[in-house]
Amino acid sequence: MSTSAHAAPVAAPHHGAHGDSGHGHAHHPGLAHHFDDLEQQKDSAVYGMWAFLVQEVMFFGGLFIAYIVYRNLYPDAFAHASNLLNVPLGATNTAILLASSLTMALAVRGGATGSKPTQLIMLVLTIVFGLAFLVVKYFEYAEKFEHHLVPGPTFMSDPAHVSPFFQAHPEEIPHAKIFFFLYFAMTGVHAAHMIVGAGLMAWIFLRAKKGEFVPEHHDALEMSGLYWHFVDIVWIFLFPMIYLLGYHFGGHH
Amino acid sequence: MSAQAVAAPHAKIAAPEHRETYLNYDYSWKSWLFTVDHKRIGILYLLTVAFFVAIGGLFAMMIRAELLTPQGDVLESETYNKIFTMHGAVMIFFFLIPGVPGVLGNFVLPLMIGARDVAFPKLNLLSWYIFVVGGLLTLFVAATGGVDTGWTFYAPYSSTYSNTRVAETAIMVFITGFSSILTGLNFLVTVHTMRAPGMTWFRLPLFIWASYATALINVLATPVLAITVLLLALERIFHIGIFDPKVGGDPILFEHMFWFYSHPAVYIMILPAMGVISELVAAFSRKRIFGYSFVAFSSLAIAVLGFLVWGHHMFVSGQSAYAGLVFSVLTVLIAVPTAVKIFNWTATLYQGSVEFATPFLYVLAFFGLFLIGGVTGLFLAAMGLDIHMHDNYFVVAHFHYVMVGGMVTAFFGGLHYWWPKMFGRMYNELTGKLAALIIFVGFNMTFFPQFIVGYMGMPRRYHAYAPEFQVLNVLSSAGAVVLGTGYLLAAVNLIWSLKFGKVVTEKNPWGATGLEWETQTPPIPHNFEVTPRVTQEAYAYHEMYSGKEAHGVH
Repeated sequence: MSTSAHAAPVAAPHHGAHGDSGHGHAHHPGLAHHFDDLEQQKDSAVYGMWAFLVQEVMFFGGLFIAYIVYRNLYPDAFAHASNLLNVPLGATNTAILLASSLTMALAVRGGATGSKPTQLIMLVLTIVFGLAFLVVKYFEYAEKFEHHLVPGPTFMSDPAHVSPFFQAHPEEIPHAKIFFFLYFAMTGVHAAHMIVGAGLMAWIFLRAKKGEFVPEHHDALEMSGLYWHFVDIVWIFLFPMIYLLGYHFGGHH
Repeated sequence: MSAQAVAAPHAKIAAPEHRETYLNYDYSWKSWLFTVDHKRIGILYLLTVAFFVAIGGLFAMMIRAELLTPQGDVLESETYNKIFTMHGAVMIFFFLIPGVPGVLGNFVLPLMIGARDVAFPKLNLLSWYIFVVGGLLTLFVAATGGVDTGWTFYAPYSSTYSNTRVAETAIMVFITGFSSILTGLNFLVTVHTMRAPGMTWFRLPLFIWASYATALINVLATPVLAITVLLLALERIFHIGIFDPKVGGDPILFEHMFWFYSHPAVYIMILPAMGVISELVAAFSRKRIFGYSFVAFSSLAIAVLGFLVWGHHMFVSGQSAYAGLVFSVLTVLIAVPTAVKIFNWTATLYQGSVEFATPFLYVLAFFGLFLIGGVTGLFLAAMGLDIHMHDNYFVVAHFHYVMVGGMVTAFFGGLHYWWPKMFGRMYNELTGKLAALIIFVGFNMTFFPQFIVGYMGMPRRYHAYAPEFQVLNVLSSAGAVVLGTGYLLAAVNLIWSLKFGKVVTEKNPWGATGLEWETQTPPIPHNFEVTPRVTQEAYAYHEMYSGKEAHGVH
């Protein structure tokens, strides 16, 4: 074997002996075997979560680009179609999600201070707000089905729920169809993320109940919080873009 | 092959004591299917990828059989469409993209930076399972009628008119994409947080830089493909269109979104391969890499520029001429960091003590093939010329030179290089060299004629062609047989070595730098007895060999 001055086998201060051979000192129970310390583990979690969220931004980005392209191609149809959405329900959901972001932030703070009751209460509230959002969304979707505003063979077949603009310009109806397709795709993908988020919070709640989250180690709680805030922020972009952009055209009902 | 066949440390080994390795600490199938060890996951990828390569290769052989004669006589035209689609989709999503990162990256990346594992070992295993699910879906699609859109799935043919399994294939791509995203995410974080003490960014081996750049593309580009194929699948399933111009949709938008991923994806395929070449060039010329930081940053430059050139796939699609011009110029620019690599590798060889071992033959093959592939890429980047070349065999030859001549050649080189570390056995050197030679000859026989028929005007994706192209097509099909033989020979040699190859117990059989050569062969489950501390640059061959050989003299 050739000489190897490349790496001297020295145990560095922060990087102690291996998990298996390091019987000497006690590890934190939350420390995985392949990390040297909690700090390294947390750094990894933070990097990993942000990289995941960047990935999510690109994923939603594709939908946003599609929306922007078609809005640019068919501005009138998009503006008038957006007036068919239920702004009060959308606004209610915006408020619900903003409130859930607050309770989420407080739950993470409960992790940082080590207050188990704060964690539990705030996580429950976050889950309740998340489910409330989904319930409101359900009523919105149901309304669209009843009004025949779901892209499909009977799209805009109910004159009671077609605005005068589309009655005067039936050639714009296929473009309204694209708007509603994107509406369902974007809010649908967002709602799927909400469902995942609610499941995630339920799991985090169970872990919090076991008292896993202590000030020096509550990565899972904090990372789930990042995810939750991200899903909220997506909605903060979706709401004005989909619901409000055509508002000034009037004829809103 | 079973775990036992891979692992069994035979009595022939001189050292009688039992050495625990990542292969032999547990032989149960559970210990493989539920492993979170990056090395075992690398082996799992090797097996899966080999399986899919065989399938993709079979499709390739069917294409070449059909193209032996100008008439469409072996396959129906519809069947031919399905065969080339499946060839492309399988090779790209199940070999070219996961090949180097999944197999070699998983195995050596944590070893190279002195880590016990990747940052998220369970996620790493999940990536493999997602990959397998995507693979099973592909087999399902292939067994139940296939898909005939070409791997590019252009709308509105794919979204409205094709009668084949487009939606299932789109879902397959969606799923498989997440395997790629999660592997990229894992590598990204691993390089950031898991480096051993002293392993600074500029001491990282160049394979790590290349893998890092690739991981960036994985995370940034792949989700866009995911949403694109999701929209395509929704359009297919619910018959609501955003890509069908009949109802106001924009098929060009599909092309933009598709190539926004799929152009960077070619760098997902080639960048890790370039990283492998950097390792091999240094190891087999016993010299530090010439211009280390240039090679490192050229990987990042390729990753960044790679995001800005997708429109060169759409010169004839109807995008604006100005956009075409910008994409054309940017595409030419990307040749600069690529050339930086080639020049620096060549400069590394200069006055090195070059050893013509099997992996190095693959390096030389890579130089030749990738150079031709890259330079013909410049032809295609020129907008005017591309209008003539578009969708003909010149394009086919170009990307096979880059992808197969580049990525696959580097993959084989890397596999031979790290094979003794992975399995503790050495393949037969003479057979290895012979296989590399046959691959090089067979490759050129197969694909060089395609440049000529393409330039003469033979379009791609047809099962019949004008009779005057026959001679060159027969040459190409004959070459495919030679090429296939070469790959088989290399594979047989490697598999043979698992049982009969010379046992390797020394840590560093090549006399190479790199932390992966400073741990046991094959490595222990947690990679290192003691966390290594790095005190030197990555390719300190001058230190390693000082006083041993006269420097720079062969």
